[in-house]
Amino acid sequence: MRRILKRRESTLLISLIVLVLLVSLRSPTFIGPKSLNSILNDTSALIIVALGQSLVILIGGIDLSVASVMAFSGMVTALLNQHFPGIPAWAFLPIAAALGACLGSLSGALVAFGRLPPLIATIATMSIYRGFVYVLSRGNWVLARDMSHSFLAIPSTKMLGLSSMVWVAILMAVAAGAFMRLSSSGREVYAFGGNKVAANFAGVSERKVEMLVLTASGLLAGLAGVLWVSRYGMAQSETASGFEMQTVAACVLGGMSFVGGSGSVIGVVIGAIFFGVINNALTVIHISPFFQMVIQGFIIIFAVVSNTLIDRRNQMKLVARRKI
Amino acid sequence: MSRERKTGEESLVDGSRLIAPSRSPGRRIAHFLLSWESLIFILFLLVVSVNSLLSPVFLDPSNLFDATLNFTEKAIIAMPMIFVIILGDIDISVASIIALSALFMGMAGAHGAPTIALAGIGLGVGLLAGLFNGFLISRFDIPAIAVTLGTMSLFRGIANAVLGDHAYTKFPADFGFLGQGYAIANLVPLELLVFVAIAAVAVVILNLTVFGRYSYAIGNNRVAAKFSGVPVARVRVAVFAATGLCSGLSAILLTSRIGSCNPNIAAGWELDVITMVVLGGVAITGGKGNVLGVIIAAFLLGFMKFGLAVVNVQGAIMNVITGALLIVAILLPKGIEAARHRPIRTR
Repeated sequence: MRRILKRRESTLLISLIVLVLLVSLRSPTFIGPKSLNSILNDTSALIIVALGQSLVILIGGIDLSVASVMAFSGMVTALLNQHFPGIPAWAFLPIAAALGACLGSLSGALVAFGRLPPLIATIATMSIYRGFVYVLSRGNWVLARDMSHSFLAIPSTKMLGLSSMVWVAILMAVAAGAFMRLSSSGREVYAFGGNKVAANFAGVSERKVEMLVLTASGLLAGLAGVLWVSRYGMAQSETASGFEMQTVAACVLGGMSFVGGSGSVIGVVIGAIFFGVINNALTVIHISPFFQMVIQGFIIIFAVVSNTLIDRRNQMKLVARRKI
Repeated sequence: MSRERKTGEESLVDGSRLIAPSRSPGRRIAHFLLSWESLIFILFLLVVSVNSLLSPVFLDPSNLFDATLNFTEKAIIAMPMIFVIILGDIDISVASIIALSALFMGMAGAHGAPTIALAGIGLGVGLLAGLFNGFLISRFDIPAIAVTLGTMSLFRGIANAVLGDHAYTKFPADFGFLGQGYAIANLVPLELLVFVAIAAVAVVILNLTVFGRYSYAIGNNRVAAKFSGVPVARVRVAVFAATGLCSGLSAILLTSRIGSCNPNIAAGWELDVITMVVLGGVAITGGKGNVLGVIIAAFLLGFMKFGLAVVNVQGAIMNVITGALLIVAILLPKGIEAARHRPIRTR
């Protein structure tokens, strides 16, 4: 029990619950099922993309191209839907995921074979992919009236009380968690993030890990892209612009460190929900949405500093124990 | 080894260099021609010649000087960013510092402050923001990307919270001169002169001072530098403060040039600045790079965008080209080096 309480994720979960309770003091409807449901809906895209982002951060990198991948997969699926209304709506999920995986593997190839640092590779692919969106759409928007009803219904179809968007997020989180904890590839990612040289000597293929995390990140971003576009009923070249930073922020709040090698799926999911709750709470307690960014900034700085201090204290304890 | 890129100056620090300083003149010339600076200089010449073919007025001096206006503000921030990246750090909050500086300048302008006060405020806010970054990074030893990710939201968030969807547009009449004025026969933009001055300072500090050597030492091996008595924390704070200060300066010029300040000012510039520095041959892993390459890269990117705008290429497609250029420019010398190293190594 004490070990569970001591984990960073539990601290984060407790502060999340406290936050929700505090907001509901001001506005009791906030913890109603309807409001919680809409928070989950708003957050699922962030959860999905942040899961992929967390893999890249885990190896000490960062994927800045995720928002552009979302815009790309969103635009391609929206255009497909507009011009070929015959394609069944469910087919767009695998199409979007495959598109995202392709784009992600391109970034991955730059990192794994071109030996570019992930930051630089994805800065480049970020602008390239977003430019492609513009080229594909010739600068035009695809609006809800151009999309079929079944396409627009993709994220909102209800199953067991939750919308399919939330289900996708849950499925992806479970899959990511199982992959990270149970599969040997997942353990390789942790090992590689913790100590590249040691992992190399232990037989972990650098290229495999780098390809793997960036492709996975692209796949998840692609999936989120189609959900995003069908949820908001609009695909344009600026879709999800700036979203990459939110996904990084969710990872940081979830306890991930840019040094790599530490972090958990649960932490990232809670981190993402945290931001979703705050964004929804602001409107409920009548704070202008223009304050969203400044609050986000405060939270990131607070999370980063406290993560570092906690880490350092734990290390000191370990060192102290060793001396005895 | 093929991961790293070699440029001319830092052989003092870079003991891992595989090729010995060339003895034969032929080898030396080949080495010079294959250096990063020459490569992007050739690219730059290519861009200039394509531009002048596309538009006959391109090489007209007043046109050339005006073409610099679309990148000098970014290039001014790129100068301290060279140091940041040489240290092995990164600062993604620079564009948000511009927004914050511009916010306070706009506020002061709305209350009727004179130009000199506005300039002071712009620089002061930038410096404070940079110090804040530097303090958090070196005091707690947190990766710079994490801290500046937070301050990136924080600084622009403050501008967002104060301004909402409004903008400040009231500035003193003579404020516009800073960003729109010309000097020397009414030909050279004042902004370009400011950039030249900052670049000169950067060259001197990086190449001729102890501080510059410290920066390379920290970037190559922070722990070793610390144990060798390099004041790592102080150097990092100073570099981030300088980046903040130059962002403030850039904010003054930008606000003065466009005559207004909204919360989205300079959005996305942090990536343009970093692209400039990396294209200029500064290794993102730290410890390598020099100012000259970045100056050439600034002109290359600026003139390329100018030329593309002349032939009506949209911004989004420009970004594709910039992104592709960044990849090619980094992969190309790596390929050359890999090919070049093989025979030398066996000797």
